[in-house]
Amino acid sequence: MKNIVKKLFILLVLVFLYAPILILILYSFTNATTIGAIRGFSLHNYVTLFTTEDLRHMISGTLLLAVGSAALATVFGTLGAIGSFYSSKRAGLFISSLNQVPVINADVVTGFSLCILLVEVLSVNKDTFIPLIVGHVVLCAPFVYLSVMPKLKQMDSSIYEAALDLGATPMTALRKIVIPQISSGIISGFALAITLSLDDYFIATYTKPATFDTISTYVVNATKGSQTTIKTALWALCAVIFAVVVIIVAVSNIRAGKEAEKGGHVI
Amino acid sequence: MSVFKFSRKSLGIPYAVFLVLFVALPLLVLFYFAFTNGQGHFTFANLKGFFTNPNALGTLCYSFAVAAVTTAVCLLLAYPTAYFLASGAFRREGVLLLLFIMPMWINFSLRITALKEILTVIEGNLARYPFLNAVVGMTYDFLPFMILPIYNTISRLDNSLIEAAKDLGADDRSAFLKVTLPLSMPGVISGVSMVFLPAMTNYVVLDMLYNSTYIMGSLIGSYFSAYNWHGGSMIALVLLAIIIVFTLLTGRNEDDGTPGTGGALL
Repeated sequence: MKNIVKKLFILLVLVFLYAPILILILYSFTNATTIGAIRGFSLHNYVTLFTTEDLRHMISGTLLLAVGSAALATVFGTLGAIGSFYSSKRAGLFISSLNQVPVINADVVTGFSLCILLVEVLSVNKDTFIPLIVGHVVLCAPFVYLSVMPKLKQMDSSIYEAALDLGATPMTALRKIVIPQISSGIISGFALAITLSLDDYFIATYTKPATFDTISTYVVNATKGSQTTIKTALWALCAVIFAVVVIIVAVSNIRAGKEAEKGGHVI
Repeated sequence: MSVFKFSRKSLGIPYAVFLVLFVALPLLVLFYFAFTNGQGHFTFANLKGFFTNPNALGTLCYSFAVAAVTTAVCLLLAYPTAYFLASGAFRREGVLLLLFIMPMWINFSLRITALKEILTVIEGNLARYPFLNAVVGMTYDFLPFMILPIYNTISRLDNSLIEAAKDLGADDRSAFLKVTLPLSMPGVISGVSMVFLPAMTNYVVLDMLYNSTYIMGSLIGSYFSAYNWHGGSMIALVLLAIIIVFTLLTGRNEDDGTPGTGGALL
């Protein structure tokens, strides 16, 4: 009896979370322009999605920005974490406190303040993409830092000392001893950075070039516009992203199942 | 002696410089802009402007209400979900949990588009119930962020404590109220802080649902579009103050040992 209540509740919450997405995906395979009567099966939304230059640019631009800024953020965040871990207590506290600021701060405030500094005070042209990339690194690097730090704390420091005793230079010891031990933190930090960059709307609106759009800014503008072809093509995009996420989750879940709760991460 | 002696500490320097330049400095500039006028003279006019502008104050109160109700609804949905998930009643607990996390990886703007289409079918004109739709939209967007931290705390609870409570004569209800609930509070607090603050500032959800700009974050947006940097900075500063107060209240800084509230998302 009690288990039925539990299952029903979980099911209802899942329906709330997934019904809109799944219905939208279903309608993406039709020629309907609103959710209503289905007239017929059609792939024209997918054709539009992959042949409209505007949409293709927007998608590839978003992906490129995500990978690029996540890579930069991973380098900064990882080096920052290593540096702060081995620094004096005060320096470490300084870095980790500043690191906490973008995590806690609202993205609107982060984006707006960066925009004022770079565009208004330093007159950096938004078309150079510098404000946008800086903004996304600011958004992502703190989370890389936060996922690397616990790995550094769990690390067995005597191995590093042993490497030095056996004649390794600090640089070699770092590369061959420290980095491999924290690699799971670096990888999950990188993955998190990509998802943060992909999902960002606020920082991009304040720092992006006027002619460039990320998926988020594009979709937000499109929902307010009246172009139905674009609107329904975005349903197809939703289906594609959903499929990609499902595949990534399934693959990483199978792989994580083999390593079984090693890092205590959810994925 | 070599000119450059490698030390592990120096690896942190680029990031420290980066943080100072692009995290600390923008906030200082924000502060400067909030308390100056167009000619660069010090002024309280922006501050006074905010607190005497009925529109700004109304938006502030409305945002508070939306955020508070959203947080409450998320909590009411998320706590039982997390509790049931962690109770061991499900054979495929891990897969189920993933189902609750997965929406976080789908671009929020597309999810809100989906929600908007469905709500439009149900309600017709979404602007008719602005408050309701604001709460539904925000809940839809942020619910996973409430479920995950609560689930993490409950699933890590030491089961023997609950068994001990029952051995000592507590029934299910009082064991839950006196052991599980208090011990899961860190997760609840972390979830609340991950929902409340974004719900106050995330204006784009409302903007997408029914073109509303009646929420704190969008005030910044409107000043931004009008190139009024000084007024916008003041709003940003007010938001920042709210965030700082809220963070101090929930003590979110302290969970340093765990992978961080954000780091635990993945």
